[in-house]
Amino acid sequence: MSVKDLLKAHGEPPREVYLDLENSGWVPPEVVNAMIPYFNEIGYGHPAITHKKGWEAYELLYEAKEELVKRIGADSIDEVVFTHSGTEANNLAILGTSLANRDKKGKIVMSVIEHLSVIFPAEQASKLYGFKPIRIPVDEQGFINPEIFKAYIDKDTTIVSIQMVNHEIGTIQNVKELVEIAKDINPNVIFHTDAADAFSKIDFNVKDLGVDLLTISSHKILGPRGVGVLYIRKGTKVEPILRGQLSVEKLWPGVENIPLIAGFRKAVELAFNNFKGNVSKMRHLRDKLMKGILDNVPDVLVNGPMGDKRAPDNINTAFLYAEGEAITVEFSLRGIYVSSGSACSSRVLEPSHVLLAIGRKHEEAHGSILFKVSRYHSEDDIDYVLENIPPAIERLRKISSIKSNRRRTERYF
Amino acid sequence: MSSRIPLPYSPKILELFRNPKNLGPMKDATIQATAGSPACGDMISLYLKIKRENNKDIIEKATFESYGCAANIATASILTEMIKGKTLEEAWKISWKDLANQLGGLPAIKFHCSILAVGAFKRAVRAYYNKIKEHPSWLPKDLTREEKQTYEEEELIEKFYKKNE
Repeated sequence: MSVKDLLKAHGEPPREVYLDLENSGWVPPEVVNAMIPYFNEIGYGHPAITHKKGWEAYELLYEAKEELVKRIGADSIDEVVFTHSGTEANNLAILGTSLANRDKKGKIVMSVIEHLSVIFPAEQASKLYGFKPIRIPVDEQGFINPEIFKAYIDKDTTIVSIQMVNHEIGTIQNVKELVEIAKDINPNVIFHTDAADAFSKIDFNVKDLGVDLLTISSHKILGPRGVGVLYIRKGTKVEPILRGQLSVEKLWPGVENIPLIAGFRKAVELAFNNFKGNVSKMRHLRDKLMKGILDNVPDVLVNGPMGDKRAPDNINTAFLYAEGEAITVEFSLRGIYVSSGSACSSRVLEPSHVLLAIGRKHEEAHGSILFKVSRYHSEDDIDYVLENIPPAIERLRKISSIKSNRRRTERYF
Repeated sequence: MSSRIPLPYSPKILELFRNPKNLGPMKDATIQATAGSPACGDMISLYLKIKRENNKDIIEKATFESYGCAANIATASILTEMIKGKTLEEAWKISWKDLANQLGGLPAIKFHCSILAVGAFKRAVRAYYNKIKEHPSWLPKDLTREEKQTYEEEELIEKFYKKNE
């Protein structure tokens, strides 16, 4: 079995619209161009070695940090640590903080819909150091009820981790309010927020939020994969979780990925150049796609909230009576690239934990599709997608055995 | 969203996903059987038209419906192709591996699709002989591997729902 043959059989669709920006995506040409010189012209040295190529690398790193400090409202570049992915930044936030507080232990409070790169490290902190991970519930749109949240915070709470924007259903959490509640009850709480899906899409400032730790991911803002950032407020105790030679980063060993950081820096600049315009364009395309789906396809559920409390780039809908993985393949043949909440990839029968947490049944989660738009998409792109979705879903529903099998059908739908 | 596994499908799977053969319910089916459930994310309905000639039960026509991934649709489709024209006894010998081979290979994580397709077929065969109150000597009393695994998958999801009620 060769992937080459599969790609040949797939063929070239008439048009391509890439909407799987949740899982990764293209980078704009300006970002590519910003990276290229750092591979073999300038700054290809180690940023902590005393020669010109090292100093050039250090200058880039320094400037990238300054850019970030400005964008998130941090105090100094010492508060910004580069890792090699958002997953690594979340791991450092949870495990690095647990390690630094291993004598104290206590509870790690997070929501049930956190990214797996928060949930799994919290479980690891439990195994390694004896912390108690607690996952608090959300409502059917993914929101944390502040009153319920309050009940989970006490003297024994060491770390709180709440996502600013949920990566799957786009719920915008009121992090500021939750920080106030938590610190009011226990001023020693270390508050982490995973802002990977919020950065450059939601206006925020670390001082205003009052958080201690905050995660950013490059590929979520059309930067290259392979760059993550953890903001660590001055005075917050975090220890490195990987061991090796340290260089500029005192919490993340290994050589800093200078070309990719150059690309990330460019991506930040581009995203913030016209922040308001970018956000309103995404919101417009989001609403157009969402409305088009709801108007033209029957039996569709929206996962997550609608309107201002939803991330401007996020559309997530459950197409009942069609299975998600089949939808991604069918869409792909039409040049539309998305991802699904299905678990058809194993006998483990475990669809997206986020969709189950907001009360979606298994069969609803299986048919859920996540679309993410960007400022680079056009009206024509969305029109093309909307032309293709109804026949694609209709074809799969025709193949589906659900409607013709009453006995099973009535039980589940 | 949850864990991701690369799924390099064979061109044959993609072809049958695009143009499934023997698709749709059959009005004059002799017997129909379903395996899996929407909650599993996998469900196959199989329709067989069986005629008896010289004491042999021959599959005259087979069609399917499938709620599931591309591999699920393709395995169900290839099964109907492979059993068509065969006697039930001959078709009973087809294993999930035969289906996978016929498709040019299946990713390991999709073996269960093939198992489900064969499970649905074997369920249909047993239902047919129950209906006509016969038990041919070649038909094993004990469940085969595919049948057992099909039940396991269905039970697993029922347990999940009971637990969460």
